[in-house]
Amino acid sequence: MRERTLLLVDDEVEFVQTLAERLQLRGFQVYIAHDGDEALIQLEKSRFDMVILDVMMPGLGGLDVLKQMKPIYPETPVILLTGRGSTNDGIEGMRLGARDYLMKPINIDELIKKIGENLNAT
Amino acid sequence: MAESRWWQYFKPNIFDPGEDLQSTDRYRLLRRNIVVLMMLVTIIPLTLMAVINYHQYRSSLTDEIINPMRLLTSKTKHSFELFLEEKLSTVRFITSAYPVETLANEKNLNRIFRVLKKEFGGFVDLGLIDCKGIQVSYAGPYDLLAKDYSDQAWYHEVTIRGTYVSDVFMGYRNFPHIAIAVQLGNEECDNWVLRATIDTSLFDNLIAAMGLDAESDAFLINDKGVFQTNSKFYGKVLEKCPFLPPPGNYGIHIEEEMDPKGREVIVVYTHLENFCCNLVMVKPKSVVLKTWFTLKSEMFFIFIIGTIFILLTIFKMTGVLVKKTRDADERRELAFRELEHAHKLSSIGRLAAGVAHEINNPLAVINEKAGLMKDLLERAEPFDKKEKFMEVTASIQKSVERCKTITHRLLGFARRMEVQFELLDVNDVIREVLGFLEKEYLYRGIEIRLELDENLPQISSDLGQLQQVFLNILTNSFSAVEDNGLVIIRTWEEDPETLGVSIEDNGCGMSKETLDQIFEPFFTTKKGYGTGLGLAITYGIVQKLGGRLKVESQEGEGTIFYVFLRKAPPSNTGELR
Repeated sequence: MRERTLLLVDDEVEFVQTLAERLQLRGFQVYIAHDGDEALIQLEKSRFDMVILDVMMPGLGGLDVLKQMKPIYPETPVILLTGRGSTNDGIEGMRLGARDYLMKPINIDELIKKIGENLNAT
Repeated sequence: MAESRWWQYFKPNIFDPGEDLQSTDRYRLLRRNIVVLMMLVTIIPLTLMAVINYHQYRSSLTDEIINPMRLLTSKTKHSFELFLEEKLSTVRFITSAYPVETLANEKNLNRIFRVLKKEFGGFVDLGLIDCKGIQVSYAGPYDLLAKDYSDQAWYHEVTIRGTYVSDVFMGYRNFPHIAIAVQLGNEECDNWVLRATIDTSLFDNLIAAMGLDAESDAFLINDKGVFQTNSKFYGKVLEKCPFLPPPGNYGIHIEEEMDPKGREVIVVYTHLENFCCNLVMVKPKSVVLKTWFTLKSEMFFIFIIGTIFILLTIFKMTGVLVKKTRDADERRELAFRELEHAHKLSSIGRLAAGVAHEINNPLAVINEKAGLMKDLLERAEPFDKKEKFMEVTASIQKSVERCKTITHRLLGFARRMEVQFELLDVNDVIREVLGFLEKEYLYRGIEIRLELDENLPQISSDLGQLQQVFLNILTNSFSAVEDNGLVIIRTWEEDPETLGVSIEDNGCGMSKETLDQIFEPFFTTKKGYGTGLGLAITYGIVQKLGGRLKVESQEGEGTIFYVFLRKAPPSNTGELR
């Protein structure tokens, strides 16, 4: 089975790098984008098996990225990360086409479980 | 505006007696001011009207009652004048018809006298007096022939004025009569006088013809106030009358006087023309103004009754008004306090959310770093103190988990709470929530007693929010009771629109100070592990659902939480931040 590619988008450098490393340890090929624009550029360059998208980012937010990529890459599953402790962003995201959402700080096992569920679905 | 300025000047003093006053004093003053003001604006016009009416009625009634007296007096006066004039004319006729010589003959005089008595009546005697004042012929019952009148005042008056009518006098037979004298003359001398005496008992007939009531009186008096006829109450002929007529010729004069018996009387005087006499009519006021007195007492009675009614109405209405004002003020104050509380909650909520969000991000980093450490440790070869490192990372992760719980609750407290209404059975919701807590109360041996009204109607509310409410209160109750404590849950229908739920525990209870603060955010008695948000959130939710929350607590005895829920959702299902 080929390595699954994930695009991890978050403006918090420490967070995104550490999480990327932990996902790599679990056998994923992880690409990083630090903001919405960078994420869209990366999405243009290559295809990913899944995008993990932070909602709260300066500039282009997670939900904006979701809105822009969904018509172009409707097949790519998206999982949202929200830091506001509210289910609203998650629900709004799912309405826009995200597969699922998680609240930060995240539990890695939960994330792996959700990734597994949504990758199998494709 | 000029017209509003004067009003502004008065208004604050009357209707707002000082913001700084104690509230009871303020309402008392307000009440007093309104009462005084209303009394002024009602009693003053009423009194004025009563006074004006009193005077108007009095004057018109007096006129109406006195006018008939005036009329009667006037008529009687004319009768008297006619009577006297007739007698005078008769005597004048004799003086014109017969020459002195004829009259001087006693035989002729007697014959004329007889005719007089027969045709006219009332004549007592008739005599002729010559130029020297000596009675030269006489017809009548007395022996007055040759009587000398020359030094008498009336004789001189006749010679000057031509005629004379005397006052009443008693004469020899001791009954009252008057004398009429007319001047006549022959070629030698002008100062002959024909004198006739008239019986005044006829006056009494004229007075009797007035038809006076028993209390009233009428009589003649001369200008000096001496009775010329008998009076019913005030004296006999020639006695002094207690009433004195006004001087001169005055027509009709009306006076209110006090008679010797102490009665208030109305006296009508009228002067008889050509006769030094006054007709006096006396009527007691009590008779005259009987109608007036009745009317006056009726008016007074109506005034008093009216005033009493007005006062009662004013007092009652002012009482109601001030009470309503006071209630409205209190409700406003309460609403204001609740609004203030809601504002406080919302601003603290925003602050909390800000802080929580800021902490949440580094917390996520710590979480990942610790997670990575754990991942690496798990994959590493065994080395010295590996187990210790594993332990430390696990501890970090556990602490992060605790922090996460707190930040998520903080964020949850502040976040927009959307409400979705559905039909619910409150009893089911309670049972469900108890299901979540089953482990705890079974473990601690807490007895749960359910006294649920099984006929409770369904209500329209939000399941999740309601669960949160009961969960928060039950969590509180559980932490208040000792192991093996008792929690009683009751439900009932409070009124057609409201359900009541009470959660009672026999735990430690709360002091008054604690009770005052339990709904304040961040207030907690669970030192170390409470966020102080549970009951603040509960309060917010119940408010949002259109319900009410009430707590009763007795330190050392227990606490009862009351939740009152509306059956229908509130019309304003607004969100609370």
